[in-house]
Amino acid sequence: MDLAARPEQLVSLRGISKHFGAGETRIDALRQVSIDVAPGEVVALLGPSGSGKTTLLNVIACILDPSEGTMSLEGEVVFDQKWLRTDLRRLRLDKIGFIFQSHNLLPFLNAIDNVAIVLQLAGFDHSAARNRAVELLDYLEVGKRKSAFPAKLSGGEAQRVAIARALANRPRIILADEPTAALDSKRAQIVMDLLRKLAVDQSAAVIAVTHDEKIFDRFDRMFMLRDGRLEDDRRIPAAA
Amino acid sequence: MNLAYRDVRHNLFRFLLTCFGLSLLLSVVLAMIGIYRGIVVDALTVARSHRVDLWVVEAGSQGPFAEASRIPGDSREGIARLAGVVEAGSVTYQSVEAKHLGRKIRLYVIGFEPTRPGGPEGISSGRAIAQSHFEMIADRSTGLSLGDRIKLGRTTFSVVGLTENQVASSGDPVVFITLHDAQKLQFDLAPAAARVQTARGTSGASKDTVNAVVARLAPEADAATVAESARRWKHLSAMTQAQQESILTQSLVDRARRQIGMFTSILLLVSAVIIALIIYTMTMEKLRQIAMLKLIGAPDRTIVAMIVQQALALGLTGFMFGTLLIANIKGFFPRRVVLEPDNVLALGGVVFVVCILASGLGVRAALKADPATALGG
Repeated sequence: MDLAARPEQLVSLRGISKHFGAGETRIDALRQVSIDVAPGEVVALLGPSGSGKTTLLNVIACILDPSEGTMSLEGEVVFDQKWLRTDLRRLRLDKIGFIFQSHNLLPFLNAIDNVAIVLQLAGFDHSAARNRAVELLDYLEVGKRKSAFPAKLSGGEAQRVAIARALANRPRIILADEPTAALDSKRAQIVMDLLRKLAVDQSAAVIAVTHDEKIFDRFDRMFMLRDGRLEDDRRIPAAA
Repeated sequence: MNLAYRDVRHNLFRFLLTCFGLSLLLSVVLAMIGIYRGIVVDALTVARSHRVDLWVVEAGSQGPFAEASRIPGDSREGIARLAGVVEAGSVTYQSVEAKHLGRKIRLYVIGFEPTRPGGPEGISSGRAIAQSHFEMIADRSTGLSLGDRIKLGRTTFSVVGLTENQVASSGDPVVFITLHDAQKLQFDLAPAAARVQTARGTSGASKDTVNAVVARLAPEADAATVAESARRWKHLSAMTQAQQESILTQSLVDRARRQIGMFTSILLLVSAVIIALIIYTMTMEKLRQIAMLKLIGAPDRTIVAMIVQQALALGLTGFMFGTLLIANIKGFFPRRVVLEPDNVLALGGVVFVVCILASGLGVRAALKADPATALGG
């Protein structure tokens, strides 16, 4: 197996393993997983419950330490048997956007501020952050709901605001956990089209964990995980 | 963007309700502190109202407040002649229960010589006692008004003057009558008992006894030296004003003072635990949001600031409400509630420290929050 990271890839994992516990209680959540995701690609992580999808997403999100392996994000090796960066939150802030199954918007901030907070954390001043937030909300066609609080937004609107937040700091890696699970099929297709458009427009990589068969045709590639392994160590081509 | 402020603003009603609950608790703490201070002030009120420097009482007694004291009425003349004494007056003290307009009132009756030390410090309305008998100066807290008549013992008194905030260490309002009337009230027997005494042939005993003699000294006189001179009479004991105050605060009301102090300490502890629990619960409710903030890259200082600022906002708003509340209702307490600015500020400081410490629990929980929980992992 070629363990060298390919610099043209936005996400590159080589021989990533993750186990919990030791001895008889050891659980291997990931076993020697190697994947690459290129700019503009929208890929799915599939697999039955307990197959390691969420663990893999957490590893790529830099919130779970792999037990071994190498990981590069945007060509920068961030993990090689240990984390090579200490400021993982800053790394997430700069490189990764997150979209969740339930939108996970902060209930006490309106739509603009839910987006602007990411920019302010990144160092933007208040007005610049708000301007960029409004721009993004308009781009995602929820600009007219910019002053609404999450509780007043429909599921589709909230998910768009969440996508705007994920994109606010122009990350090139977008991790999505069941992004369409809370949406009807029409809105699910719209969200996936949106993610694809973003991937192309911003040369970003979108990695989504999903069980939603209705949207399988929207992915470029799908990785099937079973018992912590990429099944047959091969990529499964997307349905035609 | 101030996350604490935004969260409070979004849940304003709930926040204010929590503050209100906390303010009630803190107002009870303030009331206890006020009552604690009030007991001390009450204990000293009478002793200070005479504005004297020397107390002469019965030998071996710490009277007239902490212990019983009876000395001959003519002791005053001897004391007045001591070097350094400017003027002296005899006084009596006793508690009585009387009826006025159909209700019972407890009174602390001070008998004094109107032209000598021992009378009220000031009269807020009406006039001083001008005749030897049947006139009374009453504290306003008795509920008596100028011109009211009230029967004490077998004598009816007219209220000719009113004082403010004159109460005894028991909290009973003070009334002043002439020494002669007070002696009659304290020492005269009921007619039947007097007849028995007469039949026994023991009715001739002098009734001219007083509880203490108080004296004002010349500015250059040393109170301790004059007290030493007074003690040369074997039947008398003497103490300075400072010694009298020390007896009042450390002996007479000490148990009540410590009781209230203990209760106040427990109340403060309970408040601290409740504040900690409120803040901890507030944080635990936001744990997923905190995990989300961590996931999107918020540094710990942003999260810590949110929790600490909310804790302080809660504590200080509750404290302000509580202070306003107690300041407005303290007059309705049956005993004096003394809210000194330094006590209020000290409690504010305690609330501040408690909030900081209490938020520590929340901060600890927040810092342990796993960002993976936001991803559903």
